[in-house]
Amino acid sequence: MAKKVFPFFAFLIVLALVITACGGAQTPTASGETSTEGQPVQQTVEVIKTVEVVKTVVVTVESQAAAPALPAPPAGYGATLKTVQERGQLICGVNSQVPGFGYVDSAGAFSGFDVDYCRALAAAIFGDPAKIEFRPVTGSERFTALQSGEIDILSRNTTWTLVRDTELGGNFVHTTFYDGQGMMVPADSGLTTLEDLNGGTICVQTGTTTELNLADQMAARGLEYTPAVYQDADGTFAAYAEGRCDAVTTDKSGLVARRAVLPDPENHVIMDVTMSKEPLGPMVRHGDDQWFDIAQWTVFALFTAEEYGITSSNVDQVRAETTNPEVRRLLGLEGDLGLKLGLSNDWAYNIIKLVGNYAEVYDRNLGPNTPTYIPRGLNSLYTDGGILYAPPFR
Amino acid sequence: MQTPIRTRQSVPLWRDERFLKVAGQVIFALVIASIAYLLLRNMVEGLRRQGTVLGLSFLSQTSAFDIGEYLIEYSRNSSYLRAFQVGILNTLLVSLLGIIFSTILGIVLGVASLSTNILVNRLSRAYIEFIRNIPLLVLLIFWYSAVFLKLPRVREAITLPGPTYLTNRGVGIPWGVPTATFKTYLWVLFIGLAVALLLAFLMVRRGRQTGRTPLVALWSPLLFLGIATTGWLVLPAPPLETSLPYVKGLNLDGGLILSPEFMAILSGLVLYTAAFISEVVRAGIQSVAKGQLEAARALGLSSFETLRLVVFPQALRVIIPPLTSQYLNLTKNSSLAIAIGYPDLFYVSNTIINQSGRAVEMISLVMLSYLIMSLLTSAFMNWYNQRVRLVER
Repeated sequence: MAKKVFPFFAFLIVLALVITACGGAQTPTASGETSTEGQPVQQTVEVIKTVEVVKTVVVTVESQAAAPALPAPPAGYGATLKTVQERGQLICGVNSQVPGFGYVDSAGAFSGFDVDYCRALAAAIFGDPAKIEFRPVTGSERFTALQSGEIDILSRNTTWTLVRDTELGGNFVHTTFYDGQGMMVPADSGLTTLEDLNGGTICVQTGTTTELNLADQMAARGLEYTPAVYQDADGTFAAYAEGRCDAVTTDKSGLVARRAVLPDPENHVIMDVTMSKEPLGPMVRHGDDQWFDIAQWTVFALFTAEEYGITSSNVDQVRAETTNPEVRRLLGLEGDLGLKLGLSNDWAYNIIKLVGNYAEVYDRNLGPNTPTYIPRGLNSLYTDGGILYAPPFR
Repeated sequence: MQTPIRTRQSVPLWRDERFLKVAGQVIFALVIASIAYLLLRNMVEGLRRQGTVLGLSFLSQTSAFDIGEYLIEYSRNSSYLRAFQVGILNTLLVSLLGIIFSTILGIVLGVASLSTNILVNRLSRAYIEFIRNIPLLVLLIFWYSAVFLKLPRVREAITLPGPTYLTNRGVGIPWGVPTATFKTYLWVLFIGLAVALLLAFLMVRRGRQTGRTPLVALWSPLLFLGIATTGWLVLPAPPLETSLPYVKGLNLDGGLILSPEFMAILSGLVLYTAAFISEVVRAGIQSVAKGQLEAARALGLSSFETLRLVVFPQALRVIIPPLTSQYLNLTKNSSLAIAIGYPDLFYVSNTIINQSGRAVEMISLVMLSYLIMSLLTSAFMNWYNQRVRLVER
């Protein structure tokens, strides 16, 4: 017995030492990485100090390239773009259940308005809209996926709210689709107002602003109702189709899109009530302003391209012939706007050439020739009576 | 094993067994502690970079969402904590009912699968094998979307005597609604219970003294029933009012409306766990030695008496420990309610995470809650096991 105990403990100790050694080795590495990411400027300074004695020339070159006379960029600046470029692929969190916005077809191909935004972003970074991995995320896991870095950007009909902008650690890039919450009921039910739904059951998806807004609206009107709450859009609309609820609520765009895939679309009507403002748009993590800028100006490139009538079919011609300074700056013929974003100068040209302008993206997914037709309404350019307005490219 | 005798000084420290034993454990504990520290620090660091601070103060904020089913008062103005409590109570409700029903069904199935009647035996075996080999999640989704949601709409409801309505909006059954005198009546029931227990205690003691035990199992409940009935009749108004379900527009009203989600999770859990419990029961019964049955037969006990007096008391000893783990499984499996939208603990917590963004805190609370529930169940069952266990003299 005694003889057996010794080797056992010896083994245990060796194992323990190995584990602690590994653990110990990891600790400095981890903290080293932290400080690298946290204070890149300080590190550059250190390098400079050591090198200075030997070669003075190198120092001047390095310091000019690494730190121009600007205030130090905050922690995390540029980290996302670097990660994406090193990976060679953009990972985009999308919806897979709402036709027209983010939907995966039977062949496994993604399509939709939000999906095309991701393609535009990939085109801006790589000049190739296919260098992208779509990761379907549910309404409830999307913010965790973004925070944890599992996805680079969330483009999944997400409503811009204060809490999401602050507490959930994200930044909304810009609204790409102005929406409002609506209510769909069976056509033969005779329900036309929210008051008619008093005492009824309403299907809603969890983890959404819709869920909160429904509670707010019904409480404000003093109406009683029973929520039937589901984890995803498929579950919500399946329960509604079975007659589990008197009505189903989500953003109007979502209602239009989901109605198209109900077994009997003609038997359902969308009530003429708008229960909320739902500005939908992509979202990025806090802490990387460069990535935020890239994502935001990709949206503006789409808007501006439509404003100047540049489409995927005429962009080459426009690039060859245009004399308009702003168009020239947009397409990278003048200035270095792309370089300022950390991209190549033809980033906007790639977006337009490979994905199209805002109108093209919209018509492809939500236009009159699609089953998910939604009139453009607010989502027209400011010149056409809508509220899409991009800051100048200069 | 013989070891040469050594003097204390001659044993070097690295070969001193007593030292090595302690040292090994200390090192092991240190390793565990440092790994835990690393993980914790990593988490805190990660959260710090995101700019979030851990804490439970958010629980007092307004939840702002509605929940479909609640046992305690709840509205969108209630706090997150209240929503969490609603979830816990819903989990407890479904677990408790699930445990009761699955035990009854499990015992019936277990006994049936030992029956000599071929039809009963084979039917029971087939059921057990079928259910045990299907994943619970699949079973739940089947019950929800293929059974309870496929019931007719309210207008074409299936009406059973009672009246009981079966619709895709839920199952409506008659139910008692408490009136003004209900609280007084609860006291009457409480006193009745105390008196009945006292009577049982006295009768058992008397039985020990005289050697002739009176029928405790008959007289004690009878006394309780007597007090309960008298209380009901004496009170100025009956403490409970019958409320019958009825169709109101597109929905059911009155009585007690059991939602399809509740029915699906309950029936799924009961039918699934009962199949496992029946196997436990069968094993327990088969563990009783054949000689015991023959002895009981020889004493002239009827087959029901044999089962009640000889087989079950001995089988219980084998049954209780695996039964406990089935109860724990049922409670933990109730978290699958998230798949069909029954607002249990896990489901509500998930909603809170979404609306508040407090994933770490909520998941810890959820794990802690399930842990406490499981430990309590297990403590109770261990206590019961101590009581029925064979007392060795």
